[in-house]
Amino acid sequence: MSAVQVRKLWKEYGRQVVLENISLDVASGEFVTIIGASGCGKTTFLRILLGEERPSRGELLLDGKPLPDEPGPDRGVVFQKYSVFPHMTALQNVMVGEEFAAAPLTARLFGKARRESRQRALDMLAAVGLAASGNKYPSELSGGMQQRLAIAQALLRRPRILLLDEPFGALDPGIRADMHELILDLWSKLKLTIFMTSHDIKESFYLGGRVIVLDRVRKDPHEPELYGARITYDLPLRRGRDARLNHAAAGPDLAL
Amino acid sequence: MKRLINLKPDRGFGIALGALPFLILLAVYMAASASRLAENADDKLLPSLTTMTQSLDRLATEENRRTGEVLLWVDTAASLKRLLIGVAISMTIGLVVGVITGLIPYVRKTFSPLVKVLSMIPPLAVLPILFIALGVDEVSKIVLIVFGIAPSIARDVQQRVEELPAELLIKAQTLGASTWQLILRIVLPQTVPRLLDATRLALGSAWLFLIAAEAIAATEGLGYRIFLVRRFLDMDVILPYVAWITLLAFALDFTLRLVNRVAFPWYGAGAAR
Repeated sequence: MSAVQVRKLWKEYGRQVVLENISLDVASGEFVTIIGASGCGKTTFLRILLGEERPSRGELLLDGKPLPDEPGPDRGVVFQKYSVFPHMTALQNVMVGEEFAAAPLTARLFGKARRESRQRALDMLAAVGLAASGNKYPSELSGGMQQRLAIAQALLRRPRILLLDEPFGALDPGIRADMHELILDLWSKLKLTIFMTSHDIKESFYLGGRVIVLDRVRKDPHEPELYGARITYDLPLRRGRDARLNHAAAGPDLAL
Repeated sequence: MKRLINLKPDRGFGIALGALPFLILLAVYMAASASRLAENADDKLLPSLTTMTQSLDRLATEENRRTGEVLLWVDTAASLKRLLIGVAISMTIGLVVGVITGLIPYVRKTFSPLVKVLSMIPPLAVLPILFIALGVDEVSKIVLIVFGIAPSIARDVQQRVEELPAELLIKAQTLGASTWQLILRIVLPQTVPRLLDATRLALGSAWLFLIAAEAIAATEGLGYRIFLVRRFLDMDVILPYVAWITLLAFALDFTLRLVNRVAFPWYGAGAAR
């Protein structure tokens, strides 16, 4: 897992400015949550980190080197929905990453390599609590289980950073709490660098080791799209997070 | 009294309701046929069911004395061969063109206008060209079917590929997939069920073009036969042939639907989630 540097990044669509002058240094192993009102550009920022969108100006470095401007195995991602392949079983969904890596032509593994890959995938499914669901299709899994599957799938390729785009936004509160424990557990075990967007402030402060708030500082009432969002708050919460990990039983309210 | 839109027949009653129009049609036909035959026993327009059964029996069992062939089966084999080859070629072209134009922007920009224009040309209008260029044998009939249905299948597949959630393609890329691997493991499996659906819709047109081509130039085939006996007003042959063609069309449609259900259990289940 690796350090990410954002240098004077701008994103514009024609005259519409979405992000202006974003600079950020994130150390390896940080859990960064990004919050802001809807339409403030947090998803755009994540998409730029992902390589799906290109910044208009500025640069993006991963361990000092520019990030490739298309998605790749160095960055894993979990979206709010459509994160898993509906035509593959859970096990196939997790295995497919290794198959892409090992078999450029057929994208399938056979024999011993397949058995080994299968075992790694089964271990990963067990780690996210889906040991019994390997042969099910995503449509047979609940929303929470689908997100667990998406996380397992993303982690098997050992991405250097993990991007979560409102991953728990569509889940029920109870299931969401389970997912919080799962992601914190994986984050501390695997030493992940995580960026997560959320519109849930409580969730952001509970999960994040660092909370970034995006907002439009300058406003022109006649032309609301003239100015983009900036980082208005950058709150390190390291102490609170450590305390929380030591008292895993404590609820979100205590953690704040 | 509930609103009309909330009244639903239960299963058995639903089937009975569905059968009702057929029974009414049959009864109307039989009555009309009987009344015409009562006036003139040699009337050919509305033959009785008995006459039709006899004709069908003759067509399906009696061997031609010179060649030893049974007409119905020779016609069926000839027509199905043309139809299936034409449909198979169309599916292949439709899948390849649809996937590539749907997925790769450069190819889409290059070929999309061409496919659009090609699909606007009424296929029957080019039939004379096909006959002149390719002769009146099998090839021109198959090419007519391909010309008639491949563009629409390609457009349907292309649309399906464009509708794939961007998230799925991004996710695959973050798992390291190349364009080729993306096509192989994500796009093809997701579009093949749609290809089968598109083919089902195109089968109606495929039959149309087949029968049109056979009517104009052929020596055997279902379409050839009904247009041949039309000259003698042989309704007792034409009507059973039409029923037989309908049955074949239904069987093909059913087969494709079955393949879709068995081979792609995830398709239609919760859509792409």
